[in-house]
Amino acid sequence: MSDDYSLRGKVAVVGVGETTYYKHGQSADPEFVLVLKAILAACADAGLDPKDIDGFCSYSNDRNDPPRLANALGIPELRYSNMQWTSGGGGAAAAVQNAAGAIVAGSAEVVVAYRGLAQGQFGRFGRSGGSRPVSGAAAYTLPYGMMSAAQMYAMRTTRFMHEHGVGRDAMRSIAMACYHHAQNNPRAVMHGRTLDEETYDSSRWITEPYRLFDCCLENDGAAALILTRTDRAKDLAKPPALVLAAQQSGGHRSGATAENTTDYVTSSFKPAVKHLYKQAGVTAADVDVVQSYENFTGGVVMSLIEHGLCTYENADEVLTFDNLRADGGTLPLNTSGGNLAECYMHGLGLQVEAVRQIRGESSNQVANAKVALANAGPMVPVASTAIYGAEEVLG
Amino acid sequence: MKLPAKAPEPNSENTPFFDGARQGRLVLPRCGDCGFVIWFPRQICPECSSQDVSWFEASGKGSIYSCTVTRRIPGGWGKVTPFVLAYVELEEGPRVMTNIVDCDPEHVSIGDRVEAVFEEATNRDGESGPPLLRFRVREG
Ligand SMILES: [Zn+2]
Repeated sequence: MSDDYSLRGKVAVVGVGETTYYKHGQSADPEFVLVLKAILAACADAGLDPKDIDGFCSYSNDRNDPPRLANALGIPELRYSNMQWTSGGGGAAAAVQNAAGAIVAGSAEVVVAYRGLAQGQFGRFGRSGGSRPVSGAAAYTLPYGMMSAAQMYAMRTTRFMHEHGVGRDAMRSIAMACYHHAQNNPRAVMHGRTLDEETYDSSRWITEPYRLFDCCLENDGAAALILTRTDRAKDLAKPPALVLAAQQSGGHRSGATAENTTDYVTSSFKPAVKHLYKQAGVTAADVDVVQSYENFTGGVVMSLIEHGLCTYENADEVLTFDNLRADGGTLPLNTSGGNLAECYMHGLGLQVEAVRQIRGESSNQVANAKVALANAGPMVPVASTAIYGAEEVLG
Repeated sequence: MKLPAKAPEPNSENTPFFDGARQGRLVLPRCGDCGFVIWFPRQICPECSSQDVSWFEASGKGSIYSCTVTRRIPGGWGKVTPFVLAYVELEEGPRVMTNIVDCDPEHVSIGDRVEAVFEEATNRDGESGPPLLRFRVREG
């Protein structure tokens, strides 16, 4: 396959923006205003006029549609609008991928990937409504009290732990690393709230093997990343974070909730990873820092294994609190605090944090980070994953 | 504690399954071309796309493939915690999402052998609907 058919390094993230992150239901702004604020912050960060934007990409049935955003921002030409089909938050890296693809295809020049949510305004994500008809595939799940993603993925994690005999200690370490990093990040909702082993171990069960601290937060806010051609990035305000690779990841019957997925014990990343590193031109050993989407900690363990960052055999030994810390760890993880302790912006905050690491702007900066991996939505039917790099990685 | 039992709404694709449930029988679809036993019940084989699907009575026996004890959840189900949500692997192959009932949730685990029970359910108008396929631990 010719290199012309790869987006490696052709597109860069040139601006990132986030609103204040609020606890669930506490934003005074409506959701649409949150999204506008995040996009304007990303434009200011990039040194771009909002009127330069000509494309929008989002995911998970975002309610803030591009025509309305373009209208609000006075955008003269709306050339590209894209929505990644819903799959929990599994579309976060896919929104970046779709934006990059549009730019490489010449469909648009400055594309924003965004996500906003005000759950106080619109209710919670990922929860089955009691009023939904009990028909179709739901006839085989809802009557059994399968009301939340936590339960669905608890069963997958239980099976994973049963087959591989690892994960319990790693899950605790992952939660602790996220909280540890949030203490240096003033944007984090859990800034000022520490988590130690005893607190984790004595926290209440939600649905086994998940305790309270294994589960992502519920928040209000918005985040945005602005992408454009790498050759245009040099005129802009910040060093570019090149999109080295971005892939979506769905496997055989991975959409099976009440039916039978072929490979059940998976984070859903196996299909993507083989393409991911090849496209990026790097290996797992080159990754300096990882942002791995925590809907639930058990999914992170599987994700890191499937990304080749540890193995089924050594996961509990490699994924220790000391190794996952930005300050001295060998595998720095979720350096903003992630979905557990910074904010659950359905994972887009993790993509933003990967860009910060490449720029050297993280509140938990990994020294000399040149390659950053950020994935989205483990265990969902279609996940996505991306690798960002500094310009020098292209050589 | 008795679990909530909201009746599913059958459609033309799954009528034999729900008719079987009303008689306390586990009736499943099987592909006439490739032999695949299909879950959930439907009329096009997800394995080979054949529409030659027929129905047979399954044993109702299986084992727990995975499970979770749910201890906190909002709404009506929050009143019956802890309860066991499970995937049961049927002897005929498919894995079925279900509840393990008549059990001590503290002592349910992967590999436990189970058998089907059909529990009465009501629809949103309060009328009796097709019963729910649940499982209990079996001896031997
Ligand atoms: Zn077939």
